[in-house]
Amino acid sequence: MNGRIDWPAHVMLGLGVLLFILPIWLVLAGATLDPAAIARGELSLVPRLDGWGVYAAVLAEGAPGAQPVGRMLLVSAGMALAIAAGKIVISILSAYAVTFFRFPFRMTAFWTIFITLMLPVEVRIMPTYSVMSDLSLINTFPGLTVPLIASATATLLFRQTFLAVPDELVEAARMDGAGPLRFLKDILIPVSAANLAALFVILFVYGWNQYLWPLLVATNPRLDTIVIGIVKMIGTETQTEWNRVMATAVLALLPPVAVVVLMQRWFVKGLTEGEK
Amino acid sequence: MATLLLEDLRKSFGSTPVLHGIDLALASGEMLVIVGASGCGKSTLLRLVAGLEVPTAGRIVLDGRDVAGLDPAARDIAMVFQNYALYPHMTVFENMAYGLRIRGLTRDAIRKRVGEVAELLGLGGLLARKPRQLSGGQRQRVAMGRAIVREPKLFLFDEPLSNLDAKLRVTMRAEIRRLQRRMGVTSLYVTHDQVEAMTLGDRLLVLHLGRPVQFATPMEVFERPADTYVAGFIGAPAMNFLAGRLGHGGSAVELDIGVTIPFADGRRPGPDGRKLTIGIRPEHVQPDPAGLALQVDLLEPLGSETVVIGRLPGGEMLSVKVAKADAPTEAMQVSFPAAHIHVFDAEAGLRLDATA
Repeated sequence: MNGRIDWPAHVMLGLGVLLFILPIWLVLAGATLDPAAIARGELSLVPRLDGWGVYAAVLAEGAPGAQPVGRMLLVSAGMALAIAAGKIVISILSAYAVTFFRFPFRMTAFWTIFITLMLPVEVRIMPTYSVMSDLSLINTFPGLTVPLIASATATLLFRQTFLAVPDELVEAARMDGAGPLRFLKDILIPVSAANLAALFVILFVYGWNQYLWPLLVATNPRLDTIVIGIVKMIGTETQTEWNRVMATAVLALLPPVAVVVLMQRWFVKGLTEGEK
Repeated sequence: MATLLLEDLRKSFGSTPVLHGIDLALASGEMLVIVGASGCGKSTLLRLVAGLEVPTAGRIVLDGRDVAGLDPAARDIAMVFQNYALYPHMTVFENMAYGLRIRGLTRDAIRKRVGEVAELLGLGGLLARKPRQLSGGQRQRVAMGRAIVREPKLFLFDEPLSNLDAKLRVTMRAEIRRLQRRMGVTSLYVTHDQVEAMTLGDRLLVLHLGRPVQFATPMEVFERPADTYVAGFIGAPAMNFLAGRLGHGGSAVELDIGVTIPFADGRRPGPDGRKLTIGIRPEHVQPDPAGLALQVDLLEPLGSETVVIGRLPGGEMLSVKVAKADAPTEAMQVSFPAAHIHVFDAEAGLRLDATA
């Protein structure tokens, strides 16, 4: 306040920034180094300027033990988008049903959805695998995404958003002659757009970061996600090419960062203010 | 243009009755104001007509067709909501066009009709704005526009002016009345504001605890209130009530404060000694040097007039409206002109008319 710089605060903030930046910088710089040098433990904070070609190399070829990174990025992006989109569609519909319609066992339905919050994939992983196996969905794209789609969190969030929609708005639409689907499409979804965008960001990152389920259900290397790929690159038998691993890690970071940056404005809006 | 007929319309929420049988008939183009304190069931009545609530019993006949079982959209009714209920993500144009779009009108027809209504309401320059960029009065106009543009058989207004400031309310009130007259659409208007009720309605329906207590023209409600509730509700400042008994063979009232007032218009039925409540409006109480002493508690200057709130010798509160020049400082003397008193039965509160 009053125009003077608060030095202790700035020092603390600076330290905090450094703490977050340093590992990322280490990876950025490490990617450009000579793999042999890293293996000897000569990790430098100064990037080697002629080492940037490693990015093109991993995108096209990958590293020993893994698919080309370009392909794995596509698999990851497909999975994250499918999970985010699927979760949003399913939870909008279920939240719409439990919020705006009166039907028998409405609250039972709501609480049943609520309870699944306590059953994330990690808890139900064996039975889920068994179901996928019975449906012959092992090593398929649906097998990779569908079990992650049912989502109580998103349903709860949408329910809260929908509850905040004034009754008069619903009634005005009824008087205007809008049926349930039209109301959902023309009024409810546009009015909740900010929340929808915020949720998309969270769910995309959630989908992108999945590790355990893809590891279990997709043994075919063609379905390797980038997160799985990084782990596979750190070989046990072969010499690990650390510069390639680091370059892959940087590439794996970019899409979620891009989504967050692009949707930041909506994201903050959706979390902080209710649409008036 | 349509007539509206309600027959024994009832509504209960669970086991709680909210409306105890409403009967009314509205002529084509008539504006009915439904007035009452909060919780009297007036909004419920409006929502029943709109189709937003399902009646427990009774018929709603619009233009000869029983609409009680129909969906709101199928009733050809438009409603203006208290909080306007504009679609926040749509422009003014889209807000007004939405209902027409659903009805499947062509683009050109929609543009033409919305344009005409916008012109009528002075919204021509605002069509591309979003509701949040509008002032309260403008939003109110858009809400009206959305109703008008559909050319419905019946307009419903649910306290449309209660979110506006006092000055705008007066302007919009006149505007609503002018529009309604001009378009000749049968209307129901719900309000708790008695000034709106008096100025807007062709007829008033006063509701009290879910029961209709009076259904008449505004002047009749004002001049011949059906019971003490209506008498106290309509008119500002509120009517004074004094306790008394019938006397002189039914031709006068003996007030408990020791004054006898003969009835100007004839005898009231009942034995002498029947308990009465006498009402007199503050503007009808007369300053009179020979009258009762009134101890002044409070003066409320209204500009050209002043409301005096005081106590009679027995402790009864009395308010008197006097010209500014006549405003007393500590005490005044008042009398009650016989021509202006209202006589009510003390027990039921019902108006007692002269028996010719």
